Amino acid sequence: MTLTQAQSPPRPGASGRLVGKPIDRVDGGAKTSGAARYAAEYPYPGLAYAALVHSTVARGRITGIETAGAAAVPGVLAVITHENAPAMKPAPPMSVLNLSSLATGTRVNYLNTDEVHWNGQPVAVVVAETQDAALHAATLVRVTYEEFAATVGFTAEEPNAKPQKSDMLQSGSASKGDAEAALAAAPVSVDLRFTTPQHNHNAIEPHATTAVWDGDRLTVHEGTQNVAWVRDHLAARFGIPAGSIRVISPYVGGAFGGKTMVWAGTILTVLAARVTGRPVRMMLTREGVYRTVGGRTPSAQRVALGAGADGRLTSLIHTSVTQVGRVGGGPEQVTSQSRHLYDAGAILVRQSLVELDTLSNTIMRAPGESIGTFALEAAVDELAYKLDLDPIEFRMRNEPERNPIDGKRFAHRMLREAYALGAERFGWSARTPEPGSMRDGRWLVGMGVASAYHPSWQLPANVTVRLSADGTVLVRCGFHEMGMGGATAQAQIAADALGVPFEAVRVEYGDSVLPTGPGAGGSGQTASVAASLLTACEKLKRSMLALARRSSGSPLRGRRLNGLRARDGGLWTEPGPGETYAAILARAGRPHLEVAVGSDTRVGAMVGQARFMAKFLRDRRRWMKAACGAQFCEVRVDPDTGEVRVSRWVGAFDVGTVINAKTAAAQLRGGIVMGIGMALSEETLVDPRNGRIMNPGLGEYHVPVHADIPPIDVCYLGDPDPTMPLGLIGVGEVGITGVAAAIANAVHHATGRRVRDLPITLDKLL
Amino acid sequence: MVDVQLRVNGTIETLDLRPRVSLLDALREHLGLTGTKKGCDQGACGACTVLVDGERINSCLTLAVQYTGRSITTIEGVAGGGEPHPLQTAFIRNDGFQCGYCTSGQICSAIGMLAEHAAGAPSAVTEHLASRAELTDVEIRERMSGNLCRCGAYNGIADAIGEVAAAAAVQEVTETGAVRRGSAAGAARQATTAEAAR
Ligand code: FES
Ligand code: FES
Repeated sequence: MTLTQAQSPPRPGASGRLVGKPIDRVDGGAKTSGAARYAAEYPYPGLAYAALVHSTVARGRITGIETAGAAAVPGVLAVITHENAPAMKPAPPMSVLNLSSLATGTRVNYLNTDEVHWNGQPVAVVVAETQDAALHAATLVRVTYEEFAATVGFTAEEPNAKPQKSDMLQSGSASKGDAEAALAAAPVSVDLRFTTPQHNHNAIEPHATTAVWDGDRLTVHEGTQNVAWVRDHLAARFGIPAGSIRVISPYVGGAFGGKTMVWAGTILTVLAARVTGRPVRMMLTREGVYRTVGGRTPSAQRVALGAGADGRLTSLIHTSVTQVGRVGGGPEQVTSQSRHLYDAGAILVRQSLVELDTLSNTIMRAPGESIGTFALEAAVDELAYKLDLDPIEFRMRNEPERNPIDGKRFAHRMLREAYALGAERFGWSARTPEPGSMRDGRWLVGMGVASAYHPSWQLPANVTVRLSADGTVLVRCGFHEMGMGGATAQAQIAADALGVPFEAVRVEYGDSVLPTGPGAGGSGQTASVAASLLTACEKLKRSMLALARRSSGSPLRGRRLNGLRARDGGLWTEPGPGETYAAILARAGRPHLEVAVGSDTRVGAMVGQARFMAKFLRDRRRWMKAACGAQFCEVRVDPDTGEVRVSRWVGAFDVGTVINAKTAAAQLRGGIVMGIGMALSEETLVDPRNGRIMNPGLGEYHVPVHADIPPIDVCYLGDPDPTMPLGLIGVGEVGITGVAAAIANAVHHATGRRVRDLPITLDKLL
Repeated sequence: MVDVQLRVNGTIETLDLRPRVSLLDALREHLGLTGTKKGCDQGACGACTVLVDGERINSCLTLAVQYTGRSITTIEGVAGGGEPHPLQTAFIRNDGFQCGYCTSGQICSAIGMLAEHAAGAPSAVTEHLASRAELTDVEIRERMSGNLCRCGAYNGIADAIGEVAAAAAVQEVTETGAVRRGSAAGAARQATTAEAAR
């Protein structure tokens, strides 16, 4: 497993001393020794434990709730139901002017209503002295319902799908030319239907909250992708100022989108703590996670492609139907990549939605593109076969110069190079195109390829940087760490920018008392924090220089910053004299110097948000920014059982500058692993009669295990994106895109069978 | 309530528990040893793996009372004499984790797995059951498949384990002069010795 990195030199601004290096994670010691504390691991005197009771009907009204049995269990402190729960405020209405309003998991005001909106909605919370007493007592609560008719079947409801409306952040449809007419006229075409099931995140850490009230002040330990959203949402629900709430989340045991919104468990733990006057911890059961935290929407997609005999696309149509819950959730950009990947003469993309009496859908690693690339890239493979063209050659013939849907410029696009690199490392030329033509003993061997694609985002981030007289640097920003290695990457960036040793930098994150950071989402966190951090480091050096210049004794007197280099813990003329930061501070009698970028005052936050929106819209008008790549896989299929094993993988990515070769590769591999699960085994089964999830556990929902994952060769081009800070494009999500299609295409190559309905289980190959 | 006496990481702990308390909850909630993780409480993820007398078990699937008088090693106890266990450093070097939540279980499981292998236990992918299987990547992955990593750090984990097993094998060769390619006996022995030392 080798890594290719940076054929091209880093741009000015990145000295490249540490940026790009495969530095070990700063939290490795804590995570390998059990010392890292997750949300359910903070001890408090008098800690009580909570457990949820879930509804067993999809829609209805509670007619009776029998709690005596639960209350009689020794150690039970309270059984909270809609009959005795204190009032909470409803979820704040969604608004793009207040991004934290997007945090609402569902609009249900839990335990403040007798109405049931989905099968699994929490209808009671039991609080007890011990974990086992709470869980046991929860099984003894008896609930009766008046059941109402519910619409829960995605497939049955599909014909009633309504077109998705466009808003400031997302567009539901787009077109160029008359794609239907072009399709009808095309000499070679495919018109295909693809389906994907619901998926669940299954972070190994179940959602957990520890809530502690101290008068009207609230401390919450929570594994979250957005400490500020949790804080603001709880403030709105419990009617207290956000400033009275502290949300602490230094370690998050996996999230993948599932810990972005605020779900029932969080709110009800806080409620339980309020009711009992005790610190309360609730770790959801694995089943509780399935019942109260949304998953990825199922989808039905149509991809129709038309091409001339020359292999040039004349028409590309991609439409999708996905689901939202009546109580929440949102559209997914399933057709996103289809607007950007191919230079088709005419394009039509359109997304539609069905609304069901189910739990809200929510974002999960590459929402939209993960399933959208499956359909598009599998269809492209089918068309290439019809044209008798190598699938890579077909893609190269249709690689656009400008963004196909609207002619915007690409900020950066090296898909051709990614294919060339990947094909070489994978040994694509050894492939014989005829399906079923390659074998290894009794195994049928197949090789498949698909494009990866994910737009890149940049969000506002406030940071402070403090340089102390002992030469240490403290970076503070409320960003999040769920395994991406954010603290390590930002320490590398700060150390390079300031010219200090890596070890001198400490990064504080995952706490709402810190300057507000970006949420971990949209693969945008690293770039977002990096942008502000670089500005802060620049500011800090200026302030340092100003301080030095005040003293006649400083060799930096009369110097300007752009004539100096930050290195060896200070500012130096090249090659002449200079001074360490420590010396500058010591002479000035200052213990430290601190600078801030962005502000968390009310006005500061509004300005920040307005600036973000303006930049977002301006950027979107000017550029198409994205990460892309080429996924190569080899599968072996057992001809008797239909068992599919992934035996080799190469992913070649265009993700701009890589900050840390180790952690970036890990993110990309992690995405590929999740994609392998999506392709071959993952499926949340929903009972179409009553909307109940039938496999709410890791024994029945099959995520990939060690044995399923071969060594994954990840390589990247290392060419910086000129429009992004340090040239970096996020890596968190692009890895999963294209994976399922590459596998489906390889399975076809091995067997001649096209499976267009995920997951590709054995029964579909027999 | 029942009295339970456990030897945890070398220390005798006496607990007064309801009989239904799992070993996992006893460790996490009653002894404050939160390094052992709960991922499913159903035996499906391996996050709760600990060693009992050197053997790996899912602590969520067992009751604490079953282990009275037994010796339990959790992630907090795998390091010996102030030095991290070789697997701990190998996990860091090979980036065998992301979020870190499955990591304690992976490391404890790997220690137990290496001991099983050293004792000659075959796996589902072992071809010749009579002879000791070479600890290949495929063998490691098969034997570690009870430990899920949703972050997908599987490559790094397998590399870390392979590295430690190989280093131990080299050490064994130099110690005994007998060549046993790819053997992990040394690593396992090291693990069990660390165990016995407590
Ligand atoms: S918590 Fe024990 S196996 Fe998952
Ligand atoms: S490191 Fe996150 S689950 Fe393995």
